[in-house]
Amino acid sequence: MIREYKTIREVSGPLMIVGDVENVTYDELAEIELPNGEIRRCKVLEISESEAVVQLLESSEGINPAESKVRFLGHGMRLGVSEDMLGRVFNGTGRPIDGGPEVLAEKWLDVNGLPTNPAARNYPSKFVQTGISAIDGLNTLTLGQKIAIFSGNGLPHNQLAAQIARQAKVPGTESNFAICFAAVGITFEESEYFTQEFKRSGAFERTVMFTNLANDPVAERIATPRICLTAAEYLAFEKNMRVLVIITDMTNYAETLREISAARKEISGRRGYPVNLHSDLAAMYERVGLRRGSEGSITLIPILTMPEDDITHPIPDTTGYIAEGQIVLSRELYGKGVIPPIDVPNSMSRLKDKGIGAGKTREDHSGTANQLFAAYSAGKDARALSAIIGESALSDTDKLYLKFAERFETEYIGQGFNLERDIERTLSIGWELLSILPVTELKRIKTEYIDKYLPGV
Amino acid sequence: MGRIVKVSGPLIVAEGLADASITDIVLVGERRLRGEILSMTGDRANIQVYEETAGLGPGAAVNTTGSVLSVELGPGLLENIYDGIQRPPEEIRELTGAALTRGVEIPALNRERVWDFNATAQVGGKVAGGDIIGTVRETSAIEHRVMIPHGINGEITAIQSGEYTVLDTIATIKSEDGKTSDITLMQKWGVRKSRPYKRKHLPTIPLQSGQRVIDTLFPIAKGGTAAVIGAFGSGKTVIQRQIAKWSDVDVVVYIGCGERGNEMTDLLTEFTEINDPRTGEPLIKRTVIIANTSDMTVAAREASIYTGITIAEYYRDMGYDVAVIADSTSRWAEALREISGCLDEMPGEEGYPAYLSSRLAQFYERAGAVECQCGGEPTRKGSLTVIGAVSPPSGDISEPVSQATLRFVKVFWSLDANLARKRHFPAISWLNSYSLYLDNLSSWYDKNLGVSFLKNRENAVALLAEENSLNEIAKLVGKDSFSAAELLALETAKLIREDYLQQDAFVDVDSYSSYDRQVKTLAMILEYDTLARGALQRGVSVKDLSAIEAKTRISRAKTVNDYKSEYEKISADMTAQIKALISGGDAE
Repeated sequence: MIREYKTIREVSGPLMIVGDVENVTYDELAEIELPNGEIRRCKVLEISESEAVVQLLESSEGINPAESKVRFLGHGMRLGVSEDMLGRVFNGTGRPIDGGPEVLAEKWLDVNGLPTNPAARNYPSKFVQTGISAIDGLNTLTLGQKIAIFSGNGLPHNQLAAQIARQAKVPGTESNFAICFAAVGITFEESEYFTQEFKRSGAFERTVMFTNLANDPVAERIATPRICLTAAEYLAFEKNMRVLVIITDMTNYAETLREISAARKEISGRRGYPVNLHSDLAAMYERVGLRRGSEGSITLIPILTMPEDDITHPIPDTTGYIAEGQIVLSRELYGKGVIPPIDVPNSMSRLKDKGIGAGKTREDHSGTANQLFAAYSAGKDARALSAIIGESALSDTDKLYLKFAERFETEYIGQGFNLERDIERTLSIGWELLSILPVTELKRIKTEYIDKYLPGV
Repeated sequence: MGRIVKVSGPLIVAEGLADASITDIVLVGERRLRGEILSMTGDRANIQVYEETAGLGPGAAVNTTGSVLSVELGPGLLENIYDGIQRPPEEIRELTGAALTRGVEIPALNRERVWDFNATAQVGGKVAGGDIIGTVRETSAIEHRVMIPHGINGEITAIQSGEYTVLDTIATIKSEDGKTSDITLMQKWGVRKSRPYKRKHLPTIPLQSGQRVIDTLFPIAKGGTAAVIGAFGSGKTVIQRQIAKWSDVDVVVYIGCGERGNEMTDLLTEFTEINDPRTGEPLIKRTVIIANTSDMTVAAREASIYTGITIAEYYRDMGYDVAVIADSTSRWAEALREISGCLDEMPGEEGYPAYLSSRLAQFYERAGAVECQCGGEPTRKGSLTVIGAVSPPSGDISEPVSQATLRFVKVFWSLDANLARKRHFPAISWLNSYSLYLDNLSSWYDKNLGVSFLKNRENAVALLAEENSLNEIAKLVGKDSFSAAELLALETAKLIREDYLQQDAFVDVDSYSSYDRQVKTLAMILEYDTLARGALQRGVSVKDLSAIEAKTRISRAKTVNDYKSEYEKISADMTAQIKALISGGDAE
């Protein structure tokens, strides 16, 4: 049942009010037809007997309230999916922009998805080797995990994400992989970097790109990550692919949410962000994972830039409560030339413990990882102390910790964007660095592993 | 019959509901989604809907069920996982697959399953609400005690052991006015009202969690309340999980409120695999899981903690020690805020409704050590311990949910992000946390763990405090100015921090620490301190004292399997080695 109205009462920012509507439902999709025949999309945010408050999913520019028509479509926003999406580029609402034909949809899926039954999940516990020591060794990624990259303006998060996309593998398995990439409000240059990277590594034919660039309609950004996840769900759980989803930059997404919330004059939470920021992000991120009865998986890496590098800002803070860990980039390390500049103490992977150990990585992994964390932290404390009282005043042990911290940064973390290390290599570098310290300090590691792995014992 | 006039997110407004009352459950639209009436003006009601409202619009039908939000109580709750309004996801999955489709109605308690009811009351007996009339072996770990529902009393006219489903009549009660009531294994209770008990008393028995920093430094009593508050990544979930695993309570109700789906999956699989050290049975046999994951609706999230605590009260009423673990109450408070916003209520601090703190207080006050409600039976005691996690934005506990919670709970486990960054877990800060139960529990400790336990605890706390102030000084001027005694205090404090408070949840022998082991480990560390202090007076240097071989074994003591003999050896060697240092020094 299609119903068309010429009763636009108000257009203000991303919101529009349509009067005298009938049989319209909450969250329904609608189309606005401009006098020149152009069609834009919007969805119902609130519906009462007299009027519908709709949110524009595209720009409001040029909408003439008197002359434009609104057509309610009787369903929510949907994406037509098919395996032909691979190797294609779409805009932020899922329309092809690479000059190719429309994708012939195998089926149409609601972009909001449905909550996943907790009893239908499989717990992610397969080790993913990214080839990056600071991740594999210390903040290990598992297949089906959602782990965010917390970055700052001007830090090389894109290079890191591209490196992960290029190198990530589950050792010992063949993979039918796919990448779903969503650009949310980033620049052309950043987006093009990923396109080139995917082409260079040969992954482009296995990639679906959704791009909403900085100069594309802001309102579209609400839809872009959802569309990307819908495509990922289809490829993972219906086509059994191992899907990696990269969404960048979620800060732009959250700002759009704030803009809509402000336009609706809602009561806001911290710093003007809507009170449902957590449930909004969680509903998206929870679509990721493994499901019983399916071979496929979705691993999600959302990237966000922390305003003023502030990890307590509502966007990283809320994300930290939802994602299963975060890789934090450090401006200090980047300044020192440590590449990739991964801030090890602030990073973490919540699913690490079930993805490592004997049979997965190696028996000594957990103990050495804890020891490296503790030692680096002690080294940083020693460094801070030496800045005040001078290095010569440090105790002998503290001097060793200081040396450890220096070498840990340059050798363990600072492997560069082009080097790929397997897990054995990562673990042995860890042992090499731990051998700097007196063996009595290695309390976190079982003595049998010290005897077996510590160089020179 | 009413009809919708407005839909805005999880909230709908409906008219024509003159026959409905506040807090009634209503069925909305063709799919008959469940909702609850929050407020009414005339026949116009504000309704929170427990499922996604997409596709609903003005004109759709709304019918009241005439009853409030209730849970089904009876055998079959344990080992189960439920969503926020007590629907069973396992059975939903069989029906609809991985996605949670809307409008699915499956009863909480399986209607077909047959239970072996063993009657303990006799025909002719006088009973009242809360009296136990028989038992059912619900799981290998827990005996379900079948109680007369509250509000029914009279004489038993029929009762028979045998095999029954939860809906079969197991007994008949005839009241004085001649009314008969059929008793089934199942009863219902409205979740927003606490179940009655005879009286509450002060909690005097500690809940043993097997976590050293909790049991030794900041204990919680059975029937008490605690909050674990910390920023993301500080290890709230692991602590909650450890308590759920190892607590010496009979039944655990774990409420995952607005948290990750994977955590619920993990909990379910892990609890099926790990055995309770007390019963030897899988932990799941004593556990009920309420899972409102963060992708489910906020209205169901608001309900989930009430669903959980009502189930817990029911087991408490049987005379069990029950623990409710709610992770995270912040998500519950945010759900409350989101719904309040839809209602256009005047917000209090940070957009939270003004009634936030009274709702939190009501929740925590459902905890307690009680004498259970019953008719003529001898006294039956039960306890309900509530442990809530709070996730303060930015880790800043000046925010409303943390502050309101701290006003009502007696134990505060403050998680320190700095400790978490150093991978010192559990990251419970020994400087900011507190327990107000120590006085109530002291006689239990003296009687069961010996008088030295509290004394050692006090010493440990003092050493940690001293370490903290010494470190402040060291940051300014270095450690050169410290006396030998002060340097020793730093050494002992380090032992306490790293080898006592730090505990690895992922290492089997360390994950759970018995009271005996805790008492002995702490005593051993403090014995080192005492011996070393004696040696200092005799001119031995701190450097030599900290280099003795026995000290490195203290550091590894927590991963030893047969701790009793090992601790004795360490203690003997330590004494000998320090003595040798003293006599060596004297000889020079």
